[in-house]
Amino acid sequence: MTTPLLEAVGLTKHFPVRGTGVLPWGRGPRPVLRAVDGIDLTIRAGESLGVVGESGCGKSTAGRLLTRLLEPTSGVLRYRGEEITHASRKQLAPIRSEIQMVFQDPYASLNPRQTVGAIISTPMEVHGLQPAGGRRARVGELLETVGLNPEHYNRFPHEFSGGQRQRIGIARALALEPRIIVADEPVSALDVSIQAQVVNLMQGLQRELGIAFVFIAHDLAVVRHFSQRVMVMYLGAVVESGSREQLYGSPRHPYTKALLSAVPEPDPRPAARAAAAAGQVRLTGDVPSPVDPPSGCRFRTRCPKAQDLCALERPELRELTDGQLAACHFPEEPSG
Amino acid sequence: MTDDQTFLSVRGLSVRFRTEDGPVQAVENLSFDLTRGTTLGIVGESGSGKSVTSLSVLGLHDPARTTVEGSIMLDGTELVGASEAVLRGLRGRRMAMVFQDALTALSPYYSVGEQIAETYRRHTGGGRSRSRARAVELLGRVGIPSPERRVDDYPHQFSGGMRQRVMIAMALTCDPELLIADEPTTALDVTVQAQILELLAGLQAEFGTSIVLITHDLGVIAGCADDVLVMYAGRCVEHGPVEEVLTRPQHPYTAGLLRSVPRIRSDVDQPLLPVPGNPPSLLGGLPPGCSFRPRCDSPGLVGSGACGTERPELSGPDGHRAACHLTREQRGALTDLLPLTEI
Repeated sequence: MTTPLLEAVGLTKHFPVRGTGVLPWGRGPRPVLRAVDGIDLTIRAGESLGVVGESGCGKSTAGRLLTRLLEPTSGVLRYRGEEITHASRKQLAPIRSEIQMVFQDPYASLNPRQTVGAIISTPMEVHGLQPAGGRRARVGELLETVGLNPEHYNRFPHEFSGGQRQRIGIARALALEPRIIVADEPVSALDVSIQAQVVNLMQGLQRELGIAFVFIAHDLAVVRHFSQRVMVMYLGAVVESGSREQLYGSPRHPYTKALLSAVPEPDPRPAARAAAAAGQVRLTGDVPSPVDPPSGCRFRTRCPKAQDLCALERPELRELTDGQLAACHFPEEPSG
Repeated sequence: MTDDQTFLSVRGLSVRFRTEDGPVQAVENLSFDLTRGTTLGIVGESGSGKSVTSLSVLGLHDPARTTVEGSIMLDGTELVGASEAVLRGLRGRRMAMVFQDALTALSPYYSVGEQIAETYRRHTGGGRSRSRARAVELLGRVGIPSPERRVDDYPHQFSGGMRQRVMIAMALTCDPELLIADEPTTALDVTVQAQILELLAGLQAEFGTSIVLITHDLGVIAGCADDVLVMYAGRCVEHGPVEEVLTRPQHPYTAGLLRSVPRIRSDVDQPLLPVPGNPPSLLGGLPPGCSFRPRCDSPGLVGSGACGTERPELSGPDGHRAACHLTREQRGALTDLLPLTEI
């Protein structure tokens, strides 16, 4: 087996919590927000991995750890076999060009005072790239790749719609010919009719240029269309991972099952609604605070199947079927 | 066709704003009826005029910048041009609004109980203890655990889903007959969204509340609405019963939206079919003819004379109408491309 492109083992990020008062955290140890609490993952060249979960599950922090925009608290992160967990800025410089990021908000992630040409060519300048034919020609090529007109070189971001801006953000990420793109909620700020355009664009890039994608999103349906493998996160931990077919066809963790059953499908036919209602798993309450997660299994406070054991022992992520892992003491039966 | 079962009746509603960049026709010639105790879903993308419509019903537009034309009848009372005093008497008591972002809509300086109690006192003149009791009762009704304790908490002490419940509780203060919910679940996670939608459905079943549900999510519409109105560039492009519209769309835009939505249970190897192009800008008026024409990919029709010159009127049988120049047969063909799974 070849070395994976990116590999994380027990990756953890804890943020210190600021309290109030004179002795905000009392006499005990200083409280921390366990944003990401020990996740393992591997990304192979050219594959697409989806990371899903609700707000506060740590998926965005995970994305920032993978791109090393954040430094992990503990754990190991390797890029092509080389450890980069605590690498310095200087050590990271050559790797940065190979791991790029696409952000959620196409309004905030582009400098309003720079032209599109400047936005896309800046990464090349920073990394000292001199593409054949010059940077300007390369920007034109990139604009064409993402479905924009190369003549838009001198325009400013405000002249573009949300979907077009997201294309500019993607062109910027492509400028350094990365091997991995981490896309954090790349379509959630876009209108429904535009989302599909951007998803198709990224899918094309993944297939034609062989770029590996980590697609972070809360929308399970979008992730299903994009990703070959999917990872479900809850409160900083991975609760289930597997191939798309396994995860969506036969979820084994009760949380995955509940999440899938809560997605409203645009099918109002009575039979479809009845079928959806029959498979419905209603979760009560909200996600607990990551500052003080429940003992044992983190999902137990909302889990319809929770038993005494769940409060005592944290379930390990273990392989249930070939390639499908779940962290649950009482996993769902495989269906079909 | 207005009968006494119609609670809200909108006719020829047009809303225009004056902005620094020129006039914007946000809503144009919109008409719909809402039957008592039912839910009308309004779907559209950003800038389609769906939120503007709801704000006009409540009369919340800045009169200095806005021109509202047409008629909005709430149970026999005309709201367009009504005085502030009349509107104030109706808001809260007969119609109320639930906004998308509860953190912005609630005041951070007052406990949720005070905010609900104030609404109650203003409308009923009830005393302090009675209005506080009412706040506790309402918080309990929307499913907030131990409301006697939570009534004194501030908005930031609630989670997103719980805050949305507080907003709904506040809207319910005076038992309004009409609830306008503008993207009430967009900021929420799916598992919490399911709880909130269930709450709204439960309130409707119990109190016969009429609901206008504004959303961009066709899945939410499919689960909650009785009728759907699809808006594009400030105009209604399709209107009809939910099952009809979402399974037999008669307008290429509705069909395009339905095709572009990724689904949990569809053939995943089929690429998504996006609606090409971008939504038009409303600044400076729309081109003549059909406003969807630049993005329309209906076979055999693009470029035909009528689409470019003549604005299509809503037409169709049995209350399922679409504003499109396609013939009935051509409209029928739109259904064939939908990714509906066998059930």
